[in-house]
Amino acid sequence: MDDLLRIDDQLSDEQRLIRDTVKEFVADRILPDVADWFEEATFPVKELAPALGELGVLGMHLEGYGCAGLDAVSYGVACRELEAGDSGLRSFVSVQGSLAMFPIWKYGTDEQKEEWLPRMAAGDAIGCFGLTEPDHGSDPGGMRTHAKRDPSGDWILNGSKMWITNGSIADVAVVWAQTDEGVRGFVVPTDTPGFTAPEIHRKMSLRASVTSSLYFDDVRLPASAVLPGVKGLKGPLSCLSEARFGILWGVVGAARACLESAVDYSTSRTQFGKPIGAFQLTQEKLAWMAVGLGQSHLTALHLGQLKDAGTITPRQISFGKLANVRAALDIARQARSILGGNGITLEYPVIRHMNNLESVLTYEGTQEIHTLVLGEALTGLAAYR
Amino acid sequence: MNIVVCVKQVPDTATERKLRSDDKTLDRDAADGVINELCEYAVEEALLLKEAHGGEVTVLTMGPSKATDTIRKALAMGADKAVHLVDDALHGSDALSTSYAMAQTLKTIGFDVVILGSESTDARTGLLAAMLAERLGVPQLTQANKVDIDGTAIAIQRLTDYGHDKVEASLPAVVSVVEKINEPRYPSFKGIMAAKKKPVQTLGIAEAGIDASQVGLAGAWSEVVDFAAAPPRAAGTIVTDQGDGGTGAAEFLASKKFI
Ligand SMILES: Cc1cc2nc3c(=O)[nH]c(=O)nc-3n(C[C@H](O)[C@H](O)[C@H](O)COP(=O)(O)OP(=O)(O)OC[C@H]3O[C@@H](n4cnc5c(N)ncnc54)[C@H](O)[C@@H]3O)c2cc1C
Repeated sequence: MDDLLRIDDQLSDEQRLIRDTVKEFVADRILPDVADWFEEATFPVKELAPALGELGVLGMHLEGYGCAGLDAVSYGVACRELEAGDSGLRSFVSVQGSLAMFPIWKYGTDEQKEEWLPRMAAGDAIGCFGLTEPDHGSDPGGMRTHAKRDPSGDWILNGSKMWITNGSIADVAVVWAQTDEGVRGFVVPTDTPGFTAPEIHRKMSLRASVTSSLYFDDVRLPASAVLPGVKGLKGPLSCLSEARFGILWGVVGAARACLESAVDYSTSRTQFGKPIGAFQLTQEKLAWMAVGLGQSHLTALHLGQLKDAGTITPRQISFGKLANVRAALDIARQARSILGGNGITLEYPVIRHMNNLESVLTYEGTQEIHTLVLGEALTGLAAYR
Repeated sequence: MNIVVCVKQVPDTATERKLRSDDKTLDRDAADGVINELCEYAVEEALLLKEAHGGEVTVLTMGPSKATDTIRKALAMGADKAVHLVDDALHGSDALSTSYAMAQTLKTIGFDVVILGSESTDARTGLLAAMLAERLGVPQLTQANKVDIDGTAIAIQRLTDYGHDKVEASLPAVVSVVEKINEPRYPSFKGIMAAKKKPVQTLGIAEAGIDASQVGLAGAWSEVVDFAAAPPRAAGTIVTDQGDGGTGAAEFLASKKFI
């Protein structure tokens, strides 16, 4: 399928090579099996993590510690191609690089960085990010998980987290907890006594991705476990800005995969003696899908350029997350209808993307929360509570 | 060890490939250029040899200026530097004149071993390795699915219908490889960033010691006289089984003289 707006012509030679490399990897290693992983609700982390590490995908936008140090647009293009495979794959990469490696890289001590970042970049150690709790999702400021210092100087962590991507397969968890000094981040090796991470089952979305609860039962951590560089909710929120940037690019890939599948199907499926793509109703759907795709793609590229210029703001990222996930979900649903009965099977990628995008709409700030961010930006009036 | 790997840019096999109506050469602007698939195996083998024996891997590409994309990929996979032979005078060269131009360049840049894919997806002549070896006066070890180097001794294995051939020679030599030889690596992101800083030397025909009269359309020994699109496949014959399907299928095969 042609890219009508030829947006990739804006990419540099290196960015194009990054695109082609990830695309080839996804075609070779992901697409042949991802429907099975989705059906069996598994993510083959043992095979994929080292392969992704070798490619340089994990922590690709960070400098040093074995990371490639890519610019923002390259990071976005890589996320786009990963999510054209599956949102679960992109989620794994976002959590590892932007939610687990990024806070250690940005707020950690040299020892924390040396201990974790090279192994995480190589895919030898897996990370997760624990912010959301069973009773505190959109409003993380109300979190109940807390850490107290005992007389020896150790931290004692208690509480629970929910919906944690990579939780059960992680070697290290970056956990955000209340302390006497406000919210702090902790680097918690998952083999610490008192830490458990049971997997959440019966998901109908992001099935090729591991989602877990985390429980902390008097988890004793040395004083050196805290991330010294940040206090307060801006710590976790800054990580979410990084990851949301990957999402607003990633969903362009999922949407493209759905449109490609729909165009393919509509030109080969015949009803009433003609290809269904020859009916005006189908063409209208395809045309609007292409418009939505092109607009979200342009938004992603523009925000990438702002990020590379160092001027991007959280509001702009909210704009992109809201607009692009919404557009991708609409495209996926339209594609699903074009595929008729075949649209509900895993023989085609469409319903897998469609179901995945329901999670993407919710995590990293629901569409309602990002709507309120834009509402506040426009009116100056905060409507969160 | 000075390893030179020849890498060619070809039109993407996933798109429709065309010949130009004016001079009947391949229309390289009509399709995206990609690295010839077998060349990726050649690059991988060159990198493996370097990893085992030390030395340097130089990419040699003859092609138009847009072939830099292909050179970049080979450098991102891990090659150390590249030589790009690019000159309008080379346009339209056939296998014989290409081998002449490449051999002249190889003499200019020097080599211990030259590695190339056993054929390209555009022309599919599979002649270059043999022609290069002949022009350079060195042994040819073609269609290798395994290469071993020990000092100046080189041995390859070539799969055949009856088992495999073992071919031995001494360096310098020319080796062509088939896809069974290895599994090419992906360029890593770090490799892609590092490739930006690797040297790419651009040579015109004069600098490579190439005589203009022996290359290009005028210097070619073979010529495309005419071409036509392959006819669309005719509709097949469907034998409906109404108890006599076997007979129907046999009659069809007999009518085509298959049985
Ligand atoms: C597959 C998956 C993976 C996840 N991975 C992680 C992870 O790795 N780490 C992590 O910390 N979290 C993760 N999450 C959690 C995710 O970020 C939360 O689900 C999300 O923030 C919403 O929280 P909630 O589910 O508690 O919903 P709630 O906050 O209870 O929201 C329910 C509904 O109410 C709406 N709502 C809430 N407040 C308002 C308001 N003020 N105005 C209007 N509407 C409102 C919401 O928009 C939503 O529609 C993941 C979630 C999923 C589904």
